[in-house]
Amino acid sequence: MKSRIFIALVLLASCCFLVSRAAAQSGGELRFSLKSEPKTFDPLLADDDSSETVRYLTSASLIRLNRQTQMVQPELATSWKVSSNGQSIAFELRKGVLFSDGTPFTADDVAFTMRKLMDPNLHSPFADPFRSATGNIKITVKNPASILLQFPAPVADLEQLFDGVPMLSAKSPHSDTAGLGPFIVAEYKAGSYVLLKRNANYWKRDAGGRPLPYLDSVRLDIQQNRDLEILRFRRGETQLINTLEADNYDRLAADMPAAVHDAGPSFDTEQMWFNQVASAPIPDYKKAWFRSQNFRRAVSQAINRADMCRIAFNGHARPAAGLLSPANHFWFNQNLHAEEIDVAGALKRLATDGFHLDKNVLRDRDGHAVEFSIITNAGNKVRERLAVLMQDDLSKIGIHLNVVTLDFPSLIERISHSFNYEACLLGLVNVDLDPSTQMNVWLSSADNHAWNPEQKSPATPWEAEIDRLMRAQASATDNKKRKEYFDQVQQIVADQAPFIYLVNKNALSAISPNVHNAAPVALRPQTYWNIDSLYLTSTNTSASARP
Amino acid sequence: MNRVRRLAVILLIATFTAVLFADFVAPAPYAKQFREAPNAAPSGKHLLGTDDLGRDSFSRLLYGSRVSLLLAPAAALLSTLIAACIGGLAGYLGGRFERLALAATDLSLSLPWLFLLLTVRALLPLNVSPLASVTITFALLGALGWSSSGRIICSGARAIRQSDFVLQAQSLGISPYRLLLRQILPNLEPVLAAQFWTSIPIFIIAEANLGILGLGVAEPLPSWGNLLRGLENWPEVKASPWKLAPILMLVAVVSCFQLVFQKREEFAS
Repeated sequence: MKSRIFIALVLLASCCFLVSRAAAQSGGELRFSLKSEPKTFDPLLADDDSSETVRYLTSASLIRLNRQTQMVQPELATSWKVSSNGQSIAFELRKGVLFSDGTPFTADDVAFTMRKLMDPNLHSPFADPFRSATGNIKITVKNPASILLQFPAPVADLEQLFDGVPMLSAKSPHSDTAGLGPFIVAEYKAGSYVLLKRNANYWKRDAGGRPLPYLDSVRLDIQQNRDLEILRFRRGETQLINTLEADNYDRLAADMPAAVHDAGPSFDTEQMWFNQVASAPIPDYKKAWFRSQNFRRAVSQAINRADMCRIAFNGHARPAAGLLSPANHFWFNQNLHAEEIDVAGALKRLATDGFHLDKNVLRDRDGHAVEFSIITNAGNKVRERLAVLMQDDLSKIGIHLNVVTLDFPSLIERISHSFNYEACLLGLVNVDLDPSTQMNVWLSSADNHAWNPEQKSPATPWEAEIDRLMRAQASATDNKKRKEYFDQVQQIVADQAPFIYLVNKNALSAISPNVHNAAPVALRPQTYWNIDSLYLTSTNTSASARP
Repeated sequence: MNRVRRLAVILLIATFTAVLFADFVAPAPYAKQFREAPNAAPSGKHLLGTDDLGRDSFSRLLYGSRVSLLLAPAAALLSTLIAACIGGLAGYLGGRFERLALAATDLSLSLPWLFLLLTVRALLPLNVSPLASVTITFALLGALGWSSSGRIICSGARAIRQSDFVLQAQSLGISPYRLLLRQILPNLEPVLAAQFWTSIPIFIIAEANLGILGLGVAEPLPSWGNLLRGLENWPEVKASPWKLAPILMLVAVVSCFQLVFQKREEFAS
């Protein structure tokens, strides 16, 4: 008898738990901030952070990159096969999937999307990685659930590129608004907010068969002021902060320790570089310093990266080893290590190029005192701190560094047009895992080859070698082979130090304890990558005032 | 001299002495980074704690006061002189010249100086010493910050020109030059002094704002302006009230100046 009562109680408790859990998972409005106005709602043109957020929440792709495992997984395609030469990919599509307006999703929609994407007049940022050679893409619709895409030349890491391609409707009467993502754009008030409502036709179900997403709506408040964003989070008016600066993270951690998350090194880098443009309006003797590998490596050796992490980022950063962050599990060259501070080693290296210390002032072999300026963007406190720490570090090897903060347009004008600067300190935001997306940085002919852009032919043998390796990895289809090539690129960059990598800041975010199933990661979008699984438990947040 | 003024004089003398002899008074060089102790609380070693890079805040306050106490008044003097020349002459001469001067003042007030300053900064050479950078900053502020003072001085000069004693002097045949030198300027002195004193904190704050935009005093040289940037974050200041020292110093010094020179102004007016 007792055991029966016990079993009954256990069953009752289980039912109560399940009911309460189910109730908690239903509905609610998640709120967070966009840092700026979305520039477009066209998912194929989303390039800025805010447009990209809306695209991520309202559209779906054939293949999805799992932000946690960094592996691709099926989404609208149940399976796919890349040909051995890397030139074609065949998809088997998920059946029974509907767009938000009820029209069915078929291979015709994939064909329509790919044709629109590859239209050169559209200038879609997602199209460039597919354009490995001139020529048109050949699309063969075998049946409503299978399609073959053939490219004119092999495309590196073809399957992963589809993570960024949102599927559009070919037949829907509302093709502009019909989407396959968990949410649809319901309302937009310029300068104020974007309101997304649950897509009732979203195809995903949870393990228990319940339709996803759990949330009824997502409200994206356009809020440029970071302090106000934090204030609103503290008040419970928003539930996510996707990226936090180290100072704000610590302040929030003091009051709301359960809300802050440090997901370890992010994909972003902070780096400095010397101007190596031949026509730059700077003295020839300085150009000679900046072109010297020993000079660049000595500067790198004299910088105390550990102090930068500790002081400028309050410990929420790691010394950078190279052009990729260790957060990029597959592509990061594990043989690389962050340069340790070594003042004696730096001076020794400088001596090989004829530099010498004269009453604590470093002079080159012609007697010029080594002094240069470093420009960075004004108003960025962390970068200003990095520059001042570097100023102090370099004074220990007799280098006088002038820190100059400039407004961003002036800085860009100097580094990309007039080349009237000596050194620059900036950060690079990496949003993709694949190194092919960095072609516009590493090819010597590229615009973003910051230290010496748009070269007609490589200025140095090592830049020629990087060009060769980058092209080789882009045309190879075997990822192992591609990694070998890219490891070599990383090694050359570490040896030659055209960019002196300083730190990888950590991916810091804040998530209200009311939000469940959140698992912040380093890859964007850090906090809401699994938006369809997030749910709220607090009634006050879901009932927050609507416009 | 009453007790308050005496106290103000003593405070000013003490401040100027400490500031001028900062090399001996400061416990550490202003750029020295105590990296093991960033954002430290006040202690025997660091009287006002350290900043976010571990630099001794007391030392930086002393050196920053030296920069600001010498250069902000210099900029204020420059702007008041320009304002006195343009506004004073406009008010004194009246007529077409006054209209022209006031139009120039209005134009100057309506121009987006911030963008002009940013452009000027972008045109300056990058390898300038921090001292040259701070001098350029305050010189620019002084050269561009005359317009609002100019209007007030013009109005004061106009009132004096239309006053009975000036009319009487003119009727007695006093030369315009003598009239300007002996009657108008001495009577304008309180207005000029008020403009001068009020300009000092304005220029200090302006320098702080320009610092945010990249036109302030270059690192690692401290100034009240870049020290005041430490107050941007109120929660942090609330948790570390000693960070208020630069603004307290600014208020104290400007108040002392006002108190010391108040009597003279009252007498003159």
